[in-house]
Amino acid sequence: MFSFEFMRNAYLAGTLIAIVSGIMGVFVVARNMPFMTHTLSEIGFAGAAFGIFIGWTPLNGMLAFTTVSSILVGELSGAVQSRRESVISAISGLFIGLGILFLSLSNKNSSYATNILFGSVIGISHQEVIQMATLSVLVLVVLFFIFRNLKDDSFDSVGAKTNHIHAALISIVFLVLLAFSVSVAAQIVGSLLIFVLLTLPAASSKYFAHSVISMMMLAIGFAIFGVWFGLYLGYITNWPVTFFIASIEAVIYGSALLYNAIANKSK
Amino acid sequence: MSETLISVQNLSLNFPNHQVLSNLSFDIKRGEFLGVIGENGVGKTTLVRVILDQLKPSAGKIKIKSGLKIGYVPQFRNVDVEYPLSIKDFISLNFTGIKLPWLSRKEKQKVQTVIKQVNLEHISKRPLGLASGGEKQKAYLAQALINDPDLLILDESTASLDPNTKRELLDVVLKLNKQLGLTIIFVSHDMQVIHEYPDHFLWLTKNGYTTGPISELHNDSKEGEYV
Repeated sequence: MFSFEFMRNAYLAGTLIAIVSGIMGVFVVARNMPFMTHTLSEIGFAGAAFGIFIGWTPLNGMLAFTTVSSILVGELSGAVQSRRESVISAISGLFIGLGILFLSLSNKNSSYATNILFGSVIGISHQEVIQMATLSVLVLVVLFFIFRNLKDDSFDSVGAKTNHIHAALISIVFLVLLAFSVSVAAQIVGSLLIFVLLTLPAASSKYFAHSVISMMMLAIGFAIFGVWFGLYLGYITNWPVTFFIASIEAVIYGSALLYNAIANKSK
Repeated sequence: MSETLISVQNLSLNFPNHQVLSNLSFDIKRGEFLGVIGENGVGKTTLVRVILDQLKPSAGKIKIKSGLKIGYVPQFRNVDVEYPLSIKDFISLNFTGIKLPWLSRKEKQKVQTVIKQVNLEHISKRPLGLASGGEKQKAYLAQALINDPDLLILDESTASLDPNTKRELLDVVLKLNKQLGLTIIFVSHDMQVIHEYPDHFLWLTKNGYTTGPISELHNDSKEGEYV
């Protein structure tokens, strides 16, 4: 399996993505932002399509769109809950529509759309792996420096207000990091299935681990397990890798909920 | 005579449609346990926000001793039953700043010390979401103690607690006040505990305020009846 360059690239990229997603996911879940993340990812789809249209790589198009829009989307987090959901629907719809438009204008066949929406392991070149690695390292380095303040703001936003933490700044920096993470993760699982890596592993981990670091370790573990095993199953069955990764992560999340229900009952 | 930490002089605060605090003057001295009482809407939390420098007074002055460290326990927290962090990890969230992600040995020791001070050693590893109301309030209190405050402000910390749990929490606060000399501002509308714990009171009403040592607090007046 590893004699193929595309499989080596896929494993390398997948591992990086799993690490970044596991760490970012813990904050996504704590900040209650899974749907915001999903919206960013759909905006990313439009960006990727736009990239193809004007001759960039899909990853660069995605980065451009998600980074710019992350700041705009962030403004929404202040909106009242009932309106927020509707606004998110509007934005998602608009950007998926734009994505289809760009793809149609660029005269590419529909397999391009499938690749962006549902992910593709075969398309990842060595050069893209390097770009993804650079972005991942950048995300991790910034996280390292803002870790304590981001942690306080994410897990205790009320308390953080009295700690002189610049919540608005933290929020924007986080959204830009999220834009990078979404763009990178979408390369493997596709922009429609961003939940699979950026939400489910972290959401599962909180039933087993009770410190931020241990939740991150466990989320990385769940994500890596899904990616590695999914790639392997995809390789031997020739079925879509995304299907396997999504199923594995969903089973892990389901088991975590079940474990939690049983553990709470016995108390 | 102990040192004055906060001196409020003729302080008033107007919101666009109404005045909340009017011509208020009082001092808080080091080591004092001040109970701030009054009905909803008279400006208790507003006063706290002025002390925390989150609101500017419309008139009058508030002098706060320079370098005074304030620990604040807010009234509401967004902690639901699925809140994952352990009590210990929740408490250490207050170690903020651009520093290494992990805690230093000194910081870890401090966490242990405050956990002991609020009597939560036995459940420090339990997720905060699964803790009882009283245990949660103790964890919030411990978190506010992390940075060695001179002054601790508790905003309605006992409001949702049953009488026994209320006393258990206030016993801890009183111990911090007596043994460590920590200055306390305790905001509450619960007349009974105000008589029992604080040594001074500040009673805010719609028309004005009264203040003094706790022995001068009489709740036989009409306004005491809302309790």
